[in-house]
Amino acid sequence: MKFWPLYSLLCVMLFNCDSKEDTPEDNYIPIPYQLEIPVLFQTKLIDPIIPLSNTLTIEGVALGKRLFFDNILSVNNTKACASCHLPQNAFTDPNQFSSGVTGIPGNRNSMPLFNLAWNFDDKYFWDGHALGLENQALEPVIDANELGNDSWEPIEAKLNNHDQYPLLFKQAFGTETITRQLVTKAIAQFERTLISGNSKFDQFSNGTVNLTTQEENGLAIFMDEERGDCFHCHGNPNNPLWTDNQFHNNGLDATFTDLGFGAVTGNPNDNGKFRSPSLRNLAYTAPYMHDGRFATLDDVINHYSTGLTNSSTIDPLMKKVNQGGVNLNPQDKADLKAFLLSLSDPSFINNPDFIQ
Amino acid sequence: MKKIVSLLTLALLIIACNEDIDDTTITIPEVTFNFTHHWDSTFINSTNLETETLTNANGEVITINRIRYLTSHFELTNLAGETYIFEGYKLTDLSDDATYNFTPVVNTIPSGTYNLKFVWGFNADDNTDGIYQDLNSESWNWPAMLGGGYHFLQFDGMYNVDTANPSPFNFHNGTARVSDGVFEDNFAVITFDAPITISNNTTIEIKMNIAELFKNPNTWDLNVLDTPLMPNYDAQKMMQQNILSVFSLGETTQ
Repeated sequence: MKFWPLYSLLCVMLFNCDSKEDTPEDNYIPIPYQLEIPVLFQTKLIDPIIPLSNTLTIEGVALGKRLFFDNILSVNNTKACASCHLPQNAFTDPNQFSSGVTGIPGNRNSMPLFNLAWNFDDKYFWDGHALGLENQALEPVIDANELGNDSWEPIEAKLNNHDQYPLLFKQAFGTETITRQLVTKAIAQFERTLISGNSKFDQFSNGTVNLTTQEENGLAIFMDEERGDCFHCHGNPNNPLWTDNQFHNNGLDATFTDLGFGAVTGNPNDNGKFRSPSLRNLAYTAPYMHDGRFATLDDVINHYSTGLTNSSTIDPLMKKVNQGGVNLNPQDKADLKAFLLSLSDPSFINNPDFIQ
Repeated sequence: MKKIVSLLTLALLIIACNEDIDDTTITIPEVTFNFTHHWDSTFINSTNLETETLTNANGEVITINRIRYLTSHFELTNLAGETYIFEGYKLTDLSDDATYNFTPVVNTIPSGTYNLKFVWGFNADDNTDGIYQDLNSESWNWPAMLGGGYHFLQFDGMYNVDTANPSPFNFHNGTARVSDGVFEDNFAVITFDAPITISNNTTIEIKMNIAELFKNPNTWDLNVLDTPLMPNYDAQKMMQQNILSVFSLGETTQ
C-alpha cells in the first residue's frame, strides 16, 4: 500500500501521454529486411552474423545507405564513407592510401566491403581492432585523416537538426533522437546487405557455366600444396568466402613499421600480421595488401612466387620462404591469375541497390 | 553381436520412466570429454602454444604456430558389449581453450563401466566432401585432388629454430593419395584399454601428447619431411601410424 503515490503518479503520466494524439510515425513499425543469401552460401556456410540488437529492416538499410553516401558525416561536408569505399571498386579505394578531409593520406589501403556478415570472428580493419561492424563504423567519422570530426557530437547535432533525418531514424529505430549508436547501426545494416556471390566461379559451382581450361588449371595450382597452396588462408570451392578472415604474416617485410595485429593483441608473436582479404572481386580492388604496395595482381603473384621476405613472425604456411616463395613458372602464374579473376563478380559492383 | 543403443531413444525412455516415479529422483549421468594438451611433460594451452621451444624425438628444436585437429564418433562400450555412440564431431583449436571440451548434444548414459574409443578425423562414411557447413566455414577442407573431405590435423610451426636457418613445417593429415585419382582412407580409431566407471555426471580427460606425433613408431625427421606433406602418401601413412600413441586417458572426474 505504501506505493500508492507512485501508482497514482504513473497513472497521471500515462493519462497525459495518452492524451497526446498519436501520429502515424509514432506507431510505425519497420519492415523486416530479408537478406538475399546466395544458394551456394546457404549450402556451404554457416549462417551470417546478424546481431539481435540490430536486425535488418528495410528502413534501417535504406537509412544506412543514405548515410553511407552522405557527406554530412564529414567535418566540412566534403567526404562520405563512399569517398574511400567506392562501389565500382567493390567498396575499396583505387588509391594506395585514401585521402580524407585534410587531403593527408592514411597509412593503410581502404578495405573492400562485401560479405561482411560472414566474417565470423566479427573483427574489422586490417588489424582486427574493431569488434562488430557497428563499432567499426564509429571510427572513420572521428579520424582526423578520414571524415575529420573532433568528436561525434557535432555530427549528431547536424543530423538532429536536419529536415529529413529525424523522421528517417524514427521510422527505422522508433526515435527521432539521433545518436552515434543509431547512425552506425544503420550503416552496419546497409553494409551487411553488400553480398557478393555471383562470380563466374560461383556460377561454375552452381553448375551453370564451365571454367576455361586455363581457369581449371589455375584452380589446381591454387589447391596444390606443392605449387600455389593458397587455400589454407584464402578459402576453397567449399568455402566461397575466399578468405579465412584470420591474421597472418605473409612475408612482406623483414621488420615492421606497422605492427598490425600485434599492436592490437600486444603479443609480439602477432607483429606484422594482417587479416587475409577475400580474393573475390580482385579485378576491382587494386592495389593490394594492407598498405596497397602492389599495384597489380601480377605483382601479388610474383610476391608469393619469388618475393617472400623472412621475419620473426612469418607464417609457416609461407612454406618456401627460404627459397623466396613457391617459384611458379610463367604458365602457372598466368593460369593462377585467370582462376583468381574468375572470382570477380560484375553483378556486385553494378547492383543498383548498392549504388547511390 | 554388438548392441547399439540410440542415446536419443534412451533419453526418451528415461523421460517416460520418470513420469511414473513420483518420489524418487533418478540422476542419469551425463558425459563430457575434456582434451588437455602436452609436449611430454610440458603442459600446452593457448597461453604458451606459440612461446614454448620444444625438441622432438629426432632432435630438431621447434616452435609451434598453430594446431587444429578433428575427432569424431565417440563411443563408450560397457562390459555387456553395449555401445553408446555420441553424435557429432569436434574441431579443437589449441589457440582457443574454449574448444577443448566436447559435450555431445545427447550425452546421457547409464551408470556402468565402459571403454572409450573415438575416430581420429572422419571415418570413410563421415568424410564426405563439403557437407559440414561449420567446417567449411573454418576452411577445414582437404583438397579434392587429394581425395577431398576434411583435414584431420593442421600442425604448423618452425624447426631448427636453434640455428641461423629456421624452416617452416606443415604437418597436415587427411586422406592419403595413392596416385592421381586413387585415394586411401587415413583415419585412425583411437582405443583405450583402461575402463572408465560412470556413476554420476562425468568428465573424461583425454590427454594429447603432441610430441608423440614425431616419435612412435616413426621417428620423424623434419629435415626430410617438412612440407609439403599433404600429397606425400608415405608421410600420410606414417602420420596415421604415429597418431595411435598420441592420446591417453587422464583423470575421470564425477
